[in-house]
Amino acid sequence: MTTTTSTTRQATDPANPETSRAADGTGGGGASPRSGRRTWRAALGRPLAVVSLVYLVLLVVAAIAAPAVAPFDPADLDLDSVLAGPSAEHLLGTDALGRDVLSRLIYGGRVSLLNAAIAALTFLVVGVVGGLAAGFYRGWVDRAITGVVDIMIAIPGLIILLVVLAVFGGNMTVAMVALGVLAAPGFARVMRAVTLAVRAEPYIAAAQVSGLPNRRIIVHHVIPRVTGPILVQFSLFCGAALLVDAGLAYLGFGAQPPTPTWGGMIVEASTVMQQQPWLLVPAGATLGLATLAFALLGDAVRDATEERTGRTAFRSRRAPAVANREPVSVPAGDEPTPTALLRLRHVSIALPVNGALTTVVDDVNLDVEAGETVGLVGESGCGKSITASAVLGLLPAGAQITGGQIWFDGTDLTSAQPRTIQKLRGSRIAMIAQDPIASLDPVFSVGQQVSELVRRHHGGSRAAARTHTLELLANVSLRDPDRVASSYPHELSGGMAQRVALAMALAGDPDLLIADEPTTALDVTVQAEILELLQRLQRERGMAVLLITHDWGVVGSACHRANVMYAGQVVETCDVASMFRSPSHPYTVGLLQSTPHQATPLEHLRAVPGAVPAPGAWPAGCHFAPRCALAAADCGAAPIGLAEAAPKHLTRCLHHDQIARLEAP
Amino acid sequence: MFRLITRRLAISAVLLFVISLLTFILQSLAPGDVAETILGSGSGSVGRSYSEEQYQQLRQELGLDQPLLVQYWNWLTSAVLGDLGTSPVSGLDVTAAISSRLPVTLSLVALGTLATAIVGVGLGVVSAVRGGRLGRVVDVLSLLGSALPNFWLALLFMALFAVTLGLLPATGFVSFTDSPQGWAESLVLPVTTLVVAGAATFAKQTRDSMLTALTHDSVRMLRANGASEASIVWRHALRNAAIPVVTLVGLVFIGLFSGAVFIENVFALPGIGRLAVQAANQHDLPVVQGVVVALTLVVIVTNLLVDLTYGWLNPKVRTP
Repeated sequence: MTTTTSTTRQATDPANPETSRAADGTGGGGASPRSGRRTWRAALGRPLAVVSLVYLVLLVVAAIAAPAVAPFDPADLDLDSVLAGPSAEHLLGTDALGRDVLSRLIYGGRVSLLNAAIAALTFLVVGVVGGLAAGFYRGWVDRAITGVVDIMIAIPGLIILLVVLAVFGGNMTVAMVALGVLAAPGFARVMRAVTLAVRAEPYIAAAQVSGLPNRRIIVHHVIPRVTGPILVQFSLFCGAALLVDAGLAYLGFGAQPPTPTWGGMIVEASTVMQQQPWLLVPAGATLGLATLAFALLGDAVRDATEERTGRTAFRSRRAPAVANREPVSVPAGDEPTPTALLRLRHVSIALPVNGALTTVVDDVNLDVEAGETVGLVGESGCGKSITASAVLGLLPAGAQITGGQIWFDGTDLTSAQPRTIQKLRGSRIAMIAQDPIASLDPVFSVGQQVSELVRRHHGGSRAAARTHTLELLANVSLRDPDRVASSYPHELSGGMAQRVALAMALAGDPDLLIADEPTTALDVTVQAEILELLQRLQRERGMAVLLITHDWGVVGSACHRANVMYAGQVVETCDVASMFRSPSHPYTVGLLQSTPHQATPLEHLRAVPGAVPAPGAWPAGCHFAPRCALAAADCGAAPIGLAEAAPKHLTRCLHHDQIARLEAP
Repeated sequence: MFRLITRRLAISAVLLFVISLLTFILQSLAPGDVAETILGSGSGSVGRSYSEEQYQQLRQELGLDQPLLVQYWNWLTSAVLGDLGTSPVSGLDVTAAISSRLPVTLSLVALGTLATAIVGVGLGVVSAVRGGRLGRVVDVLSLLGSALPNFWLALLFMALFAVTLGLLPATGFVSFTDSPQGWAESLVLPVTTLVVAGAATFAKQTRDSMLTALTHDSVRMLRANGASEASIVWRHALRNAAIPVVTLVGLVFIGLFSGAVFIENVFALPGIGRLAVQAANQHDLPVVQGVVVALTLVVIVTNLLVDLTYGWLNPKVRTP
């Protein structure tokens, strides 16, 4: 609270958990803080924390043992050697009256550290008791304490300290107690949040039911769990209290000369700044390092607490190193068909999972001709969306294309410059996603967002962009384009938001639209409308659509061709009619049988037995073999290639000729 | 929005009332009273230079013989009308003393906040986008900035730029109306100190909220549909990250009033913080009380402005 920075820290840390990683990170949001002893041990595994602790212990020991440790009496004048720099006799030099600076620092620590300790103890008691009471008892206790906290947090703390000092004639003990009380509300707020989280756990309820008195529950079961946050806040505040103490001493409060204090020494140094600027260093650095040590210790404890709760302090943007997989060679006879707009060949993608790069998309082939709608069907987690992201060059941080080529209109995007792909985005390839409202920026109006993309792709004046924007909004069948343009995303229904997202995607007149589960989050009636709209736009604009979905109804009504994905692979590719009439992969058969669209009344829906294996746990041969009724020994032997079940009908199944066995009830 | 503001105003009124009452009660706990201060002896046992009658008479004149709550009521009714009383030490009108010094502090704090915010947002955004080394530098600077006492930093700057290099005036304040250049020069070092102490912490918070904003679905969609990276970072993500940042601006602004207390004393700027310290040292309670009320008002107004800015930034708050 004393300096700008510590006020900021004070205010932004404990007082305002919303804006503070400190308060949040200490487990307010239901994370379970680890017990104190283990936290300490983990924190002390860090060299910086150990150095900090050693430094602080040294300071305290030196202050306590000052008469034995200090080389000189702090009041000993030596007028023959005033303002001397560091020397063998006076390690840190002498001040304006020839007194030994090191000795004065050591003695000064007695006053400063004691004051900080008084403040910190008050802070600890008031904050912990208040926060625990509010969080544990809830009800009116909570309301009363929270009310007081809300008011106290808004008080300009330093000025109240000045009031206290004015009233009590500069009594530092009272001022330090006041400091602890003034700073405690922020702490109490953090404690309350943490206690609430612990209290919500079943074992507390169990303890209460078994008749344990509340006091025992708090002491034995709650406090040990919230030690981490307590230590963090306490450590940070100790540093702040030292700064306030020195600051007040600098302003002339507290122990008066010749008693040495750290703040007082800085004042004395400032008066002889012109003759001996060095004198500013020892007291300032000792104080600064002490505050720094407390902050580092607090950070170490916080990180130790967070580590267990699985939060990471800073997202690494760098991908873990991987052994580069040999790119899969394109077999002969697999040359690009001249008309294909988008053509994926043997594309493999890996993502970092727990630090190890794991293949999530394996050897995917996919074609989208200009103007056609192609479905990409599969359960969630099979790699559909990540494949789409790869086409747009928008893989998540750390993900890599480990093999294959993505041809778009004759350009291989896997070897293209990021700039090249960026130029394609919006103008050649566009995208809409599953959650339409989240896809829109909540703080800009619809008109602003659409016209930004319009101007980006077509340039022109604001007025022209506005006209074009309204046309686009009308084009996606929004009834009142003017009103929609001035609305914000939260004012739209899901269907309207998806239309707006479509308008944004169409702003650059793309040749290919990737629609990633565009209807999944919508009401059934709205789903049909959006699908019809997509089909109309696709026809009118001659645009190709890659439709990612898990819904056969969507595939059946909107797509020309379909690809079924399972566990990272495309397992079947053909036109939609053949897919429904004669599926040639056991997984496709299973999927179709488990869809209500295919079911006749009184017939049970069938589910595919078993579960999709996680990436990294895929079988060596056919990924579907463990769940497949047709599986034979050869299925697990080696990776399965694509076979032609019929002309232009590919399946990744060795036994597709026996598929009829599955159709039988 | 309207309801939010009225609720805030109601809480603010309570806050002002509670704080002024609190300081008033604190004052009554003090050994000695204003009458003693005026008559000449601080805590007063040794060498009294006035008689008991003089003392009692003055107490009566000042209304100190009345019950505490009556005294508070008297103070409150005139304070509402803008009369914060008279300093028993200097004999000056408290309201006048505060209003003559407020512009100095406001110059310092407003410039300090502005500069801190500009440097902090710039560094924060760039380190969110670039990450890596710059991010770690920001972390270290933020740690140092909050660990080093700002009056000490101020002294170091003074020793370097004013005393050694002679580039800028070491102390003193020139009013803007007298000489804009002198005004600017007199504020460079104080403002720089505030920025050095606070900007990195600001940058760190900005970086955190930028990183969150950049993971928003809409950022991905804008990117997929061809929005420029500059627009995504500086327009969309920053605007979404702005709400915590604006909270931070408000907190920094309020916090700098505490910081200003030290900075004004180091650079001998005749601001409200210096007034408060002098008053506290001289046991001049009416002035201290006046400063408390003035600063509480500043806090309230700032929070109100922050709330209004939320409304501007967040359409969900604006429209019911």
